[in-house]
Amino acid sequence: MRHIDPQSISDAVCEAVQRINTDIDPLILKAFKSGKSKGDEMESHVLDILIKNADIASEQHIPLCQDTGLVVVFASVGIGAVLAEPLEASIQRGVARGYFDGFLRKSIVRDPLYDRRNMGDNTPALVYIDLVEGDQVTLHIMAKGGGSENASALNMFTPSDHDDAIIAWVVERIRQKGRNTCPPLIIGMGIGGNFETCALLAKKSLGRPIGQRNENKDYAALEQKLMTTLNDLDIGAGGYGGHMTVMDVFIETAPCHIASLPVALNIGCHSTRHTTVIL
Amino acid sequence: MKHLTLPASGSALQELKKGDYVSVSGTIFAARDMAHARLASLISEGKPLPIPLDGQSIYYMGPSPTPPGHIAGSAGPTTSSRMDKYTPILLGKGLKVMIGKGARSAEVKQAIVDHHAVYLGAIGGAGAYLGKCITSMRCVAFEDLGPEAIYELTIIDFPAFVL
Repeated sequence: MRHIDPQSISDAVCEAVQRINTDIDPLILKAFKSGKSKGDEMESHVLDILIKNADIASEQHIPLCQDTGLVVVFASVGIGAVLAEPLEASIQRGVARGYFDGFLRKSIVRDPLYDRRNMGDNTPALVYIDLVEGDQVTLHIMAKGGGSENASALNMFTPSDHDDAIIAWVVERIRQKGRNTCPPLIIGMGIGGNFETCALLAKKSLGRPIGQRNENKDYAALEQKLMTTLNDLDIGAGGYGGHMTVMDVFIETAPCHIASLPVALNIGCHSTRHTTVIL
Repeated sequence: MKHLTLPASGSALQELKKGDYVSVSGTIFAARDMAHARLASLISEGKPLPIPLDGQSIYYMGPSPTPPGHIAGSAGPTTSSRMDKYTPILLGKGLKVMIGKGARSAEVKQAIVDHHAVYLGAIGGAGAYLGKCITSMRCVAFEDLGPEAIYELTIIDFPAFVL
């Protein structure tokens, strides 16, 4: 048994939400720089602004984007960890303090339909908890923007559909909505499971490091094929044309029902913000 | 690159061509979803508006809070299509320039043509950079909406594309 102080959890969350909003993922910055050297004049110019944006954000502690996101936390809690309060309470306190201290925008309204008043502290974060071996608490923390989330989608395919049907669906979605979602994008996909599981897989996949392929060679090939096809859409960085529509495509899978082929598409913008903290 | 100063005359706006890359300076208003809903309902009720619209420009943006020592926080564009429902009403009151990101509906595109207005696309997600293009900022209406309030902004060398 190992006791973990709730204050250390909320402190870690408070620090993490501020850091991911101002310090760009180094792999994304590397992708901008690589794309800038390959793009035409206008796309290179847009990427240059995005590189400068990242510099200003980290140097001056100004958020990369004014939409500082809805916080999503995937928590893995070791069965040997002892917590003095429900984990979610520690996380929510950390989020509220981090969004206040970091001058981050509070983007959560209390009711979706009838009372869209701002909560004022960016809570509640959405927290998913798994119990695992060990005595540590691992928090995968994301700050997810609304624009890219709004263009995300879920479709229940059937087992008679092949990968070409999934490709066509994703391509059409990005063709229609990609310009709204701050490209170059990270495409997260969940295939299999059921209605809610494929959506969670898609969300989790956005935390994978750029360049890391699915371990299954068929899915790795599908990721590669989607990336090539999407980059031929001429949406480009910023959405004003070019070759860099997506930076990567990540697919996560799960077994599913004999009648089903659920597929979720969760879009990450060019500031896809995530980090992992271990307590 | 062309330079555009807002508010602009009708002739200056008509000189802009689709695809032009422009550096925008001048005075604009920032307003997004809830502010648009309120403006549209004030117009439908025939009540006075808290900001002038005739000849003016609206930037679809809700900033992050301004840290001490800065003029503005992060201040990039939000998705314009969410404002489509209200845009023809605002164009009817003389709105001339909109700055946002992403495509507009067919109805809004036609209304923009009919009213000799202009839609500019800013670079989505470049909020820290675009915030530095703001040289003054003050809340002028609907302060209770927080980031969704209406702000008057002075901007300089703000990069945008004519869509």
